[in-house]
Amino acid sequence: MTKQEWLGVLEQRHGKTLQEKFSAAFVAICGLGGLGSNTAISLARAGVGTLMLIDYDKVDISNLHRQQYAVSQLGMNKTAAMERTLSEISPYCNVITHDIKLTDDNLSLLADCDIICECFDNPECKAMLVNGVAERYSEKYIVSASGMSGLHTGNTIQTKKLGKRLYICGDGTSDVKDDGTLLAPRVMLCAAHQANTVLRIIAGESDV
Amino acid sequence: MVKVNGEAVENIAGKNVYEYLSESGYEISRVAVEFNGEILPKARYESTLLCDGDCVEIVSFVGGG
Repeated sequence: MTKQEWLGVLEQRHGKTLQEKFSAAFVAICGLGGLGSNTAISLARAGVGTLMLIDYDKVDISNLHRQQYAVSQLGMNKTAAMERTLSEISPYCNVITHDIKLTDDNLSLLADCDIICECFDNPECKAMLVNGVAERYSEKYIVSASGMSGLHTGNTIQTKKLGKRLYICGDGTSDVKDDGTLLAPRVMLCAAHQANTVLRIIAGESDV
Repeated sequence: MVKVNGEAVENIAGKNVYEYLSESGYEISRVAVEFNGEILPKARYESTLLCDGDCVEIVSFVGGG
């Protein structure tokens, strides 16, 4: 499959104008667990031009129930595993990886991105990234997630907008510490909201 | 009257955002606050006073991802 063949199909599906916007976009995925692995795959499939994958963790057996990794990837860095997966489904997506824990001190890694996906699982890390980006990079969009645990109805997963550039997907309340578990479908619903929001922002549709 | 998360709340005008969050049981390390349509930087929680007519949205992040 040549790059031209691949792009040709995307342009046929999405229209040339929209595909040019997707191809020019630079999106960071912060955290490659259930949310980040699913968001990354959706965005790569849509033909987003550049994805920056950030995570310090390795693929573990306990990830397989909801995260987009395979048994053959156990023990690999999540960034390397996801890069390999993306190369199989969207080989001309430009993938940049950082095996690092993103903190308030290294947010400058995000300086060149247009849109940032907050895909962490820890609530303090979520708040750190959302607030840090809003304070330092007020021109960037951030698409965050809160509340997707348990076996609750899928109909409460929504996207909400705060301020002009912050979006929060999820039900807002279901906490894994209360529910005890996360299941693939609800996490994927939430990740799908995130990816959909990213594509809508790229397309110039900033409302929810 | 200050509007918080869509509901009118009485008797909080004059408090700063940090005080309101703490007294309402929010964990400051887990929140993001929209204040009159903009994300309020954490460094300004203490210096931002709530006034009648203000509109505040508070997101308290929960675990899972």
